[in-house]
Amino acid sequence: MSNKDAHFEKTKSHMIVTLAIWFFFSTVVFMFGESLNSASFLGYPLAYYMTAQGSLAAFIILIFWMSGKQEDIDEEFGFGEREDD
Amino acid sequence: MLKGGFIQNLPKIYGLYTGGFIVFILLMAILESSGVSAKTIGQLFLAFTVLIYALIGWLSRTVQVDAYYVAGREVPTVFNGMATAADWMSGASFVAMAGGIYFGGYIYMAFLVGWTGGYVLVAALLAPYLRKFGCYTVPDFIGTRYGGNFVRFCAVLVLVIASFTYVTAQINATGTIASRFLGIPFEQGVWIGLLSILMCSMLGGMRAVTWTQVAQYIVLIIAYLLPVFWISNKFGFGIIPHFQLGPEVARIAELEAQYGLVKNSADAVKAAGVPGGLASISTAHSAVPAGSAWKYISLAICMMVGTASLPHILMRYFTTPSVKSARKSVAWSLFFIFLLYSSAPMLATLSKISLIDPNLPTGIIGKSISDVQNIDWVKNWIAVKQAYIADFNNDGILQLNEWFMRGDVVVLATPEVAGLPYVISGLVAAGGMAAAMSTADGLILAIANALSHDIYYKIIDPKADVRKRLLAARVLLVVIGALGAYIASMRLTGILGAVAWAFDFAMSGLFFPLVLGVWWKRATREGAIAGILLGLASGTAYLIYVAPAFMNNTPWLQIDHLRFGIIGASVSLVAMVVVSLMTKEPDAATQKMVDDCRVPSGKPVISRQH
Repeated sequence: MSNKDAHFEKTKSHMIVTLAIWFFFSTVVFMFGESLNSASFLGYPLAYYMTAQGSLAAFIILIFWMSGKQEDIDEEFGFGEREDD
Repeated sequence: MLKGGFIQNLPKIYGLYTGGFIVFILLMAILESSGVSAKTIGQLFLAFTVLIYALIGWLSRTVQVDAYYVAGREVPTVFNGMATAADWMSGASFVAMAGGIYFGGYIYMAFLVGWTGGYVLVAALLAPYLRKFGCYTVPDFIGTRYGGNFVRFCAVLVLVIASFTYVTAQINATGTIASRFLGIPFEQGVWIGLLSILMCSMLGGMRAVTWTQVAQYIVLIIAYLLPVFWISNKFGFGIIPHFQLGPEVARIAELEAQYGLVKNSADAVKAAGVPGGLASISTAHSAVPAGSAWKYISLAICMMVGTASLPHILMRYFTTPSVKSARKSVAWSLFFIFLLYSSAPMLATLSKISLIDPNLPTGIIGKSISDVQNIDWVKNWIAVKQAYIADFNNDGILQLNEWFMRGDVVVLATPEVAGLPYVISGLVAAGGMAAAMSTADGLILAIANALSHDIYYKIIDPKADVRKRLLAARVLLVVIGALGAYIASMRLTGILGAVAWAFDFAMSGLFFPLVLGVWWKRATREGAIAGILLGLASGTAYLIYVAPAFMNNTPWLQIDHLRFGIIGASVSLVAMVVVSLMTKEPDAATQKMVDDCRVPSGKPVISRQH
């Protein structure tokens, strides 16, 4: 397997992990909205909290994490960019 | 040179600008206390901010193709995030979202998740790869990756349909605000709004739009957050409302149980003479309605996938200096969007509790109707048909189901309801104007660029020189804007219907051709054409079939006119995969192009000046 292919394989699995986490916070959580709402977080009903704030914050953290990890993958295979590029 | 100096000095320049704006707000507060009329203050707010944007637009004028289409690809990560946030948050987000949550409760909040979750798709699937590709527009990617003018044309078609649906709503919003605060008729307000929008983008294209959008973001976020924090602190609900409104949400649920959530019959509402577009609270604030999971999820999915297909957002990531910064910039965009979106439910909560809790001095529910009708803000908003009282049970006491108002009032009137000085209302108007203008600018530019670069330069006249190309781009900008303003002045659709439709159109025609273009080498030109056209056609056909304004048939699986993209995108995926597998594998050059766009290092796939 060439360096490029290996890089893409790793990029692809990273993308799939990212989308799995995304799917959890955007969809799975809200499949159980009714039962989640009987729990509470910061005094808010949990499902209400997730749709008002929780999932939104999770997406931000997810993208920052995803970018950082992808930069590491790019460096590992020697495809990182020079700063002045 | 000065230009390099400008980029290095950005934090200082925008720091000064923010400081200047705060000084301006204080100055207005002083004017207000010295007796200057509310109307003058509103006008000063609009005039001052719009003039600043026009000045930035003029300073950013350019005669270079690279600067005109992609801001010279030198917009730093965080600033691009701010510009994207302004590009993204429309008049609807600013003015209508808190009101939507106020009346729609939990299900409406699917928009919050949908309009933020889509950025994960943008960052993971598209933005860095399109940046590496080096295209000027989204159809430029489709046209180069799949090869050929016809597939390029198909992509432009979807772009124009989706963006145009969206832009009329934005021009409409600028018109509403301009007419309200300048005291001119709506039809004239629309043209004033358009003039302001064009001043930002005409001379400098993407470069001018970028730097005005950053300025507009600063105005709109101050205008949105200041009242939320002020009200929360004034009533002692908490210093940071986002973490401390739990007891108020619980109190609202308690009051809902006490009053009962009554849904008035349409006939009763009509008989009482309630003006159109006004509503009373009939949905629980925080409770999850039974059996609503699919209704919520299907809406969120449409908005997320639509986000990742909207060209005016994707093209913002063409302006960063590197692939790495394009990716990080998505995260910053979402952070800046989050500041407003996480505040909308808080504003809805504050607004609702200050109206319905009889223990608060501002509460009106449960009070005598004749007293309520004498409150200043109630009088003002009833006079302009934005609020209404209907005493259904004739007991002279205002019940929860007897108080009607328009959703927009939540943002526009809450400062007044809570007894904040008028200067805050002027600030909110300036914020709404900034939100609508920045989105309209991005959209009009996306359409005009696609027509000038992809249709005029790539298809009609590939030999056109730079001067001619930029002239065509500017003429198209004015024509598209004028067309949008003309349609807006006819007032055809409500703001929200049109906005959700734009997402569905975009996801029907563009999502899979874009994503598979990067992630599936086997995707062919014929497959892409089938995906775009069949997706768009099936989505549109389904929309016509279910939309109340058209055939009004019963939706299949609760997929109504706000969610028709699910049908379009599914058809698009199947058509694209089947047709791609039936046709010949793309040639080696195309495959190499895809390989190249998957690694960040090296030259862009398309040459820098093209």
